[in-house]
Amino acid sequence: MYCCPTVRLFAAFVAMGFRRWSTYRLATAAGAFTNTVFGLIKASITVATVGAAGGTLAGYDAVTGATYAWVVQALVAPVNVFHWSELAQRVRDGDVAVDLARPVDPQFAYLASFLGRGAYQFLPRALPPLLTGALTTGLALPLAPLPYLLGAVSVLLAVALSFACWWIVNLTAFWVVELRGLITLYVVAMSVLSGLIIPVHWFPGWLATVADLTPFPSLLQAPVDVIMGRVEGTEALGVLAVQAGWLLGMLLLGRLVFARGAAKLVVQGG
Amino acid sequence: MTEPIISVRDLRREFVVRSPAGRLRRTRTVVAAVDGLSFDLEAGSAVGYIGANGAGKSTTIKMLTGILVPTAGTVRTCGLEPIRRRRELARQIGVVFGQRSQLWWDLPLRESFRTLAAIHRLPTASWPARRDELVERLDLGSFMDTPVRQLSLGQRIRGEIAAALLHSPPLLILDEPTIGLDVLSKERLRVFLAEQRALHGTTLLLTTHDMDDVQRLTERIIVVDHGRCVYDGTLTGLVARVGAERVMAVDLAEPVTSLGEISGTRTVAVESDGLRHRLAFAPERTTAGAILEALGRRAQVRDLAIEEPDIEDVVRRLYLSQTRTPRSPSP
Repeated sequence: MYCCPTVRLFAAFVAMGFRRWSTYRLATAAGAFTNTVFGLIKASITVATVGAAGGTLAGYDAVTGATYAWVVQALVAPVNVFHWSELAQRVRDGDVAVDLARPVDPQFAYLASFLGRGAYQFLPRALPPLLTGALTTGLALPLAPLPYLLGAVSVLLAVALSFACWWIVNLTAFWVVELRGLITLYVVAMSVLSGLIIPVHWFPGWLATVADLTPFPSLLQAPVDVIMGRVEGTEALGVLAVQAGWLLGMLLLGRLVFARGAAKLVVQGG
Repeated sequence: MTEPIISVRDLRREFVVRSPAGRLRRTRTVVAAVDGLSFDLEAGSAVGYIGANGAGKSTTIKMLTGILVPTAGTVRTCGLEPIRRRRELARQIGVVFGQRSQLWWDLPLRESFRTLAAIHRLPTASWPARRDELVERLDLGSFMDTPVRQLSLGQRIRGEIAAALLHSPPLLILDEPTIGLDVLSKERLRVFLAEQRALHGTTLLLTTHDMDDVQRLTERIIVVDHGRCVYDGTLTGLVARVGAERVMAVDLAEPVTSLGEISGTRTVAVESDGLRHRLAFAPERTTAGAILEALGRRAQVRDLAIEEPDIEDVVRRLYLSQTRTPRSPSP
């Protein structure tokens, strides 16, 4: 371990993020319950929509449509699409000074602990909706191992990308005191364009184009497509590549913005 | 001579304060929080950095640690320029920002220390020994597995100090470490800090409002007022300079309402219906012996105690003497 201190450091932050969240068992249970209830509602609406469209809609039939809804519900917590404002709070009350006074890169450290959080959420928040789905509407999932293997990579990329996006949203705190408006705007845009509410494949052409110009489909639509085997082989690798591209771009942008924000803090004070 | 561990020259830091003036306009005022400060800290020394709220203490510390850019002047900490080499510097200093925490709120100290060890890239083989030393000396053992959010203030501060010292930094900067602690906790912390200095030769820079901290922990004090150094030297020297008074408290065998005029003293208080008298005197004008002799002629002294000047009073006097004779601003 000592030969590679950077790996050790990353692992320590992942472990730290995991343990921090694992202390909130009751919150986890409540979250899993909510995910499941919303899963029931969304699966019913999806099934009804597919039925009204004549049995299939953009490649989804009743069971695959319901499965889509359930898998999205399973990923909502680990990918952490709805809320992350830890950094913004630390910027606002000045605790970010403590982060700056440490011999680590803050983005690196926060990314690692965000992944740790996702790792903790993965089983307790994903299993209840999936089990409920299997018992109510039934799930149409592939039987081969490959989609799950690629799916794991896709989910990892999605979690990291979610962090990269939230990181940028949070950094606005360097310039603006009140972030609630911006966070609401982000969540609304994310909810529509990521495929959280309905699959991106159901969008009219112009909206699909808008979605493709944002990183949001890479958060949910992409991993669900890979896991469900809707995209396979080279097509699946293409989806992963798009995710990786967004991740890299957003992380780099986040570094630039953080450097500007920190410089402002360091130069102007407070 | 070795290079000082901290070297500050003509340091200045301005802030822009905007305040509303009228409906749309804002006035823009430039305030100098630190204004022409110069001092050196030798490795191994212990210095108290004191001053009233807003005197510029925390601003100085931020510049020393590289999280604030000086408007003018130079800073070198551990031989490095803090702003450019902040991350490198962070390995060599331990900082406790009084009002901030570097622990993770929802984790126990044990986990926080593990993460900090990774942050500082401490060798896996040796850091647990250092942790155990700190746990033992700071008496953290009973709450190592309690989440930080459930700790009492005293427990948390001790945890913070341990966190700042885990990587055995040669320089420890404490920004008001004893704020809000009870007398016993303060005392334990002081004993610990003195011990760490003796054991590891840690250099200590301490900002505080607590004058006992200064008296007990430091051998040199720097007093700042409005961002300027108004005194740099020993506590005794400061007391002599402002002519602060010592107080002799005498317990008498029989109650006496007034002891009358004793040369070189003034009566501060008469307590316990005349059984205890408190007399203030300036050490350069009379001696404790002379007072005792004069007292012996007037009443029978059962017991006595001499109280050293209250340093808060000393600093207040220093501030007052500054306003009476304002120094010309440094160029």
